[in-house]
Amino acid sequence: MSLFKVSIRRMTLGLAAAAMTLAHAQTAAAVNLEGKTVTWTIPFSEKGGSAKWANFFAPLLSEALPGKPTVVVKFMPGAGSTKGANWFQRQRKGDGTVMFGSSGSTQFPYLLGDPRVRYEYKDWNPVMATGTGGVAYLPPDLAKKFDGSANNLKDVNFIYGSQGATRLDLVPLLAWKMLGLNVKPVFGIKGRGDGRLMFERGEANIDYQTTSGYLKGVASLVKAGKAVPMMTWGSLIDGKIVRDPTFPEVPTFKEVCEKTDGCETSGKAWDAWKAFFTAGFPVQKIAFLPQGTPQEVIDTFTKAFDKVKARPDFAQLSSKRLGKYPMFVGKDAKAALDQATSVPETAKAFVVQWLNDEYGVKLKK
Amino acid sequence: MDLVATVLPALNDAFALILQPGVLMYLALGVVMGLAIGVFPGLGGIAGLSLVLPFMFGMDTVSGLALMVGMVAVVPTSDTFASVLMGIPGSSASQATVLDGFPLAKRGEAARALAAAFTSSLFGGLVGALFLTFFILIARPIVLAFGLPEMLMITILGLSMVAILAGRIPLKGLAAAGLGLVVGTIGEADAGGSLRMASYDLPYLADGFKLVIVGLGIFAVPEIIALLRQDRSISKTAELGAGWAAGVRDWWRNKWLSVRCSLIGVMVGVIPGLGGSVVDWIAYGHSVQTTKDKSNFGKGEVRGIVGPESSNNAKEGGGLVPTLIFGIPGSGSMAVFMGAVALLGAGDLEVGPQMLSADYLDVTYSIVWLLALANVVGTILCIGLSGHIAKLTTIRFTLLAPFLFMLISFAAFQSGQNLADLAALFGFGLIGIFLRRFEWSRPAFLIGFVLSNPAETFANQAYQVAGSKFQQGFDVGMAYLFGPITLVLIVVTVVSVVLGIRQARLIMSEGDVQTGTKRAPMVFLFVISAYFIISFFDASLIDDRLITDKIFPMLISGIAILCCGVLLISMMRNPETHVIFADRESSGDDADAAHGLWPTLAWFGFLLVLCSLVGFILALSVFLLIFMRLRAGLSWAHAAVYTAGGIAFMCAMAWVLNRDFPPGLLQSMVDLPWPFR
Repeated sequence: MSLFKVSIRRMTLGLAAAAMTLAHAQTAAAVNLEGKTVTWTIPFSEKGGSAKWANFFAPLLSEALPGKPTVVVKFMPGAGSTKGANWFQRQRKGDGTVMFGSSGSTQFPYLLGDPRVRYEYKDWNPVMATGTGGVAYLPPDLAKKFDGSANNLKDVNFIYGSQGATRLDLVPLLAWKMLGLNVKPVFGIKGRGDGRLMFERGEANIDYQTTSGYLKGVASLVKAGKAVPMMTWGSLIDGKIVRDPTFPEVPTFKEVCEKTDGCETSGKAWDAWKAFFTAGFPVQKIAFLPQGTPQEVIDTFTKAFDKVKARPDFAQLSSKRLGKYPMFVGKDAKAALDQATSVPETAKAFVVQWLNDEYGVKLKK
Repeated sequence: MDLVATVLPALNDAFALILQPGVLMYLALGVVMGLAIGVFPGLGGIAGLSLVLPFMFGMDTVSGLALMVGMVAVVPTSDTFASVLMGIPGSSASQATVLDGFPLAKRGEAARALAAAFTSSLFGGLVGALFLTFFILIARPIVLAFGLPEMLMITILGLSMVAILAGRIPLKGLAAAGLGLVVGTIGEADAGGSLRMASYDLPYLADGFKLVIVGLGIFAVPEIIALLRQDRSISKTAELGAGWAAGVRDWWRNKWLSVRCSLIGVMVGVIPGLGGSVVDWIAYGHSVQTTKDKSNFGKGEVRGIVGPESSNNAKEGGGLVPTLIFGIPGSGSMAVFMGAVALLGAGDLEVGPQMLSADYLDVTYSIVWLLALANVVGTILCIGLSGHIAKLTTIRFTLLAPFLFMLISFAAFQSGQNLADLAALFGFGLIGIFLRRFEWSRPAFLIGFVLSNPAETFANQAYQVAGSKFQQGFDVGMAYLFGPITLVLIVVTVVSVVLGIRQARLIMSEGDVQTGTKRAPMVFLFVISAYFIISFFDASLIDDRLITDKIFPMLISGIAILCCGVLLISMMRNPETHVIFADRESSGDDADAAHGLWPTLAWFGFLLVLCSLVGFILALSVFLLIFMRLRAGLSWAHAAVYTAGGIAFMCAMAWVLNRDFPPGLLQSMVDLPWPFR
């Protein structure tokens, strides 16, 4: 689906580029942001991955928008990112000076019916989305017991440093649970970097990182023989889970599940895992314009992001910073958003029940 | 030696990188920007770094580093101005400086206090850099040796400083710390997400209170109000006594204390997850313990400045270790720094273990020594300025106060960008006023608040990990919990508590307070006890499966209730003249003040209420004008000039830093142009 469209777009890039400059010149007359400041609000603190993501795109976007406005990234952390999202829900300024960036951690409370959520994704106008992947890894002594299936790991007491069961951590926790692993999450760590540190100190003996975190912090541990990759969450193509393009040599959770006794790649649990994986990883971060933004402003931003994507150095810049994952623009971003926010009711119910049974988390009051 | 063989060539390369005119220029630019921003309480390094972030993309690596490091390095230096001159803790790094710095300023020795602070900062920065140059190569295993039990013990060591700062009645200090701890648990629990003393209908509470607001409320508001009531200058003599040279001499006399505190600063700074919040208190405690005559602490003892200030700049150096070699930011500004590093040059510089490889060691050393250099430049500038800025303490305070209200309101709003920030500031201001009035140790409260979250989180996590280790075997669990580092820390903590309790009586962190009638102190005790009881029951209602969320607030509230009970019995048995009934309103400066507490506080309340109606800038214009005319007694023309100056300054600052002002009811109905929106 969306990926397919992306590749078509790539093939016709030469043709499109000419058309784009033309179209660009036309809209530039209509929408010109010269001398203006585009404020891109991120509902997290300066520390997180979303900050990095927005800071990466901001200067590129500034160059690509007509009139080269200043693009400023602003941080509005609080209430697990629902504060910033609730704020954005109230924004009506559709002149292109207000932008918002959401992440998997904004999507999950929305999907789970968190009482703090007062925002509606369907009201917003997505202009760009990017995905990521995730890799689970083990210490070398336990990795020896891992033979592509988790059968020999079921009697191990695992400790995992977690930010909270309702966050992105839901995906690894559910995956390990399905494999029959006895993983005890230690909640309350402040970021995935702290989780890695717990692993390095030997306090945790299983961990996962998103792609950029893995490339930055774990790859060197793997090289030094202090960690071994176990599985990736995979990558989504046409609704099917395939191997992650950044880690083609590492099996996916799906493969491991198939080989492990008692783990099934169908049924309620699997559907729920896949739905939340889809909402959290392949479409992890989305850039929005507020509701009520006129179509020409949306088009202007879509074109600007297309221009960013078409930069000759973009692939090199982004693969280092964000991993080798697709970037969706315009219609593709819309499709990506639909994919990220349409989780079947049964999957939601399953996860809500499981969170309550396993961790005592009550989402509805 | 192998170590030297790696270090020296890399150091040589690093200096070749740094010592270029272009790089030094960027460094100076960063230092100047950092100083300008650091003077603003509550903004600090993050604001400055965010400001330069857009320019980092593709910038030459060393120049970009110079600009950013220059800025980060001097923030803990320049926020000393606010701590010493106004009693406003500029950031968590300068909380302890307030205790003795501000009393010195009141004695007219602001320039001396500032110079002692800056010299100590400079020295701390240099010692930190020197230590890091060698330490950074062997840091990795040492940092990894600090697991959850070790971090918990350091947090407890920090908490044990309460013993020293508890004041004349240790139980009151303990209860104050307990109050800080319990207030720190308000909001969503880290572990299971249960709400404590909060509700989802009040999302502001669910997030918990921010240190900036609590710090400003507890320390700054009571001091500003108290001074304003007396209608005089900060310096009692209205003139400056000892100059900056005296401060430098003070530092020289205490150079060994400075060395020790610098080392404390680097070493605590190195541990990720703790950051700066404990360093200055541990250094302060150390200064007290190693001073023979303790009677001057809290009243303007220069060693109380030298210690914390030596440690807080050294800490910035230590904080580089987790940031650079683990890729885990030690503080908010380090997080922004990390993000910005990736934008520099060809974008191939990523913080992480590779920073120690032969390829990048020169860059790493450049950062370490840029930090040291920035300290030198910043200190020289600050000392140069201190004589002039210290003159602020000789101005009639009534003319200064409205601008301070303006600054702290703006700073408080930046922490959450919510109108409730202003309400919270006022609320904590009230708590601070009463803590001060009845001699409940405010430093103890703040230590409790700052360490509440680390204490709870580390305790819960260490408990859970230990549980799993014990399953592997009793010896494995014991070895995990009681490693050599933990044992040493336990000994240090016990010694410091025992010494602290013995010495606490001598140290009046709140100055000398007279006693009054029984009624007011008892009413306050009842109110505090009631809060503890409510907090205890609130926590007890949490589902038992989420025991990690309820155990800490229940335990602390329980202990505090016991404390309050003993205090109550003691109050009933003792006569009115006993120190337990300390009350500033009975006699002394506060009682003799020209203006009452409530009318003075009402001015601040007036600003905040007005702000919620018509937004910050409009409210500020009205407030400044009326205040200057009615309270300060200026002519309308003069008042208008002051008002225009204040507004212009505020707008310029907000515009440069790209910050919003608190909007009011009016703004929600009408779309006004900046700066009124």
